[in-house]
Amino acid sequence: MSLSEKQILDEGGIERVLARMSHEILERNQGTQDLVLIGIRTRGVFLARRLQQKLYEIEKPEVPVGILDITLYRDDLSEVGPKPEIRETDIPFNLKGKVVILVDDVLFTGRTIRAALDALIDFGRPKVIRLAVLVDRGHRELPVKADYVGKNVPTAFQDHVTIRLKETDGRDEAVISGGVKA
Amino acid sequence: MTQAAKTRWAQKDLLGLRDLSAAEIELILDTAKSFSEVSQREVKKVPVLRGKTVVNLFLEPSTRTRVSFELAEKRLSADTISMASGSSSMTKGESLWDTIANIEALKVDLIVMRHGSSGAPHRISHYTKCGIVNAGDGINEHPTQGLLDMFTLRELKGKIKGLKVVFVGDILHSRVARSNIWGLTKLGAEVVICGPKTLIPWGVEELGVKVIHEVKKALEGADAVTLLRIQMERQNETLFPSLREYASTFGLNLELFKYAKPDAILMHPGPVNRGVEIESALADSPQSYILKQVTNGIAVRMAVLYLLSGALKDEK
Repeated sequence: MSLSEKQILDEGGIERVLARMSHEILERNQGTQDLVLIGIRTRGVFLARRLQQKLYEIEKPEVPVGILDITLYRDDLSEVGPKPEIRETDIPFNLKGKVVILVDDVLFTGRTIRAALDALIDFGRPKVIRLAVLVDRGHRELPVKADYVGKNVPTAFQDHVTIRLKETDGRDEAVISGGVKA
Repeated sequence: MTQAAKTRWAQKDLLGLRDLSAAEIELILDTAKSFSEVSQREVKKVPVLRGKTVVNLFLEPSTRTRVSFELAEKRLSADTISMASGSSSMTKGESLWDTIANIEALKVDLIVMRHGSSGAPHRISHYTKCGIVNAGDGINEHPTQGLLDMFTLRELKGKIKGLKVVFVGDILHSRVARSNIWGLTKLGAEVVICGPKTLIPWGVEELGVKVIHEVKKALEGADAVTLLRIQMERQNETLFPSLREYASTFGLNLELFKYAKPDAILMHPGPVNRGVEIESALADSPQSYILKQVTNGIAVRMAVLYLLSGALKDEK
């Protein structure tokens, strides 16, 4: 753990950011019609569930949530070394013609999103795929852009951005830590 | 994080369940669980083994295992070639060593091999950099079948530890039974084997299994029953009077199956000989999961190929 950890979002901050994103999603889609949320493992799934709850509080009916594990689509699998653990993908509905909101915690190089897009297309042909992230920290290596951003955070490439959520880490916060001093 | 996440796969080959630890077996089963979803998608393909080449070298007849491996490889996006004994240069006198050396020279990554001699893949694995998957060697092991049986068992019963699993039939010639015995005992199941005395390997109790010759007694309290075919092709001598007599003593039917637990499951590695080791009505009963095993076989083989591909030496 790095010593120089700086908080960029606290519990209330995450709450407010998700509330705003929910409104933006509904505004752009004109309601919940054809909307589905797909969370990228691990924290994207919990963020998708929270968005689902918020959307439901604003407009009914409930939007379904799917879980995507992108491991099988990573672009570094051909490199040598023990293979990463694969966890389950669970998308129990058809994506054909749907408006998919892909949810992840941090947008960085864009490689995870590239993998997720390839994976989603294998599940059918959605009408649109939009991207929602809690924190965009820049330094893209691929032409990827988020449609809904919780917070834009300027970072150095070596910095670490960590999202902590109650479901996995016991509390809600986003922190940035200097990668060099760690 | 699951338990298995802490175990990392480091082996180049899968030769048998005898060589695996309980944690390694569970890692394969956990990985297979994730892969089982791929076969339910609209596009049944993931790009994990893209650019990898797999040769299926089947030097003994096989349909279901070869088809299952081929589908698993294709669903992982590997490039595959299948070779059978009849059509290979081995009929022109080439030795197995030379065949393997030639395959390696073609820059192949993994070889899935079936061979009539026990231990053949083990010998070969020392001489090649290719990863070797044993798809059945003589009467020794058939590890992916053992794994898929355990996967099916775990899926239906939620666990393996403490289950009573009974094998009825030709244990002597069964590599499926041997792989199951190694794997199940490692994961803490109680294994009972049952069959004519001549078809039970001598000293098998040393592997930690119980031998009961009477079917009704063997089935008592069983959570799962796996039936094994009589392997006539491997018998050079007469080990029992006739198939008809075998069927009347050891052939399982709905009536006999009642001696197992009410929720017991019936498994069979195939091919099924209806009317010999199993009555048709039992094979088609709701308690029979024979076809579920076939489906699960693909996921288990995908998991094995995925894990092995990570342990290959990189030198191209």
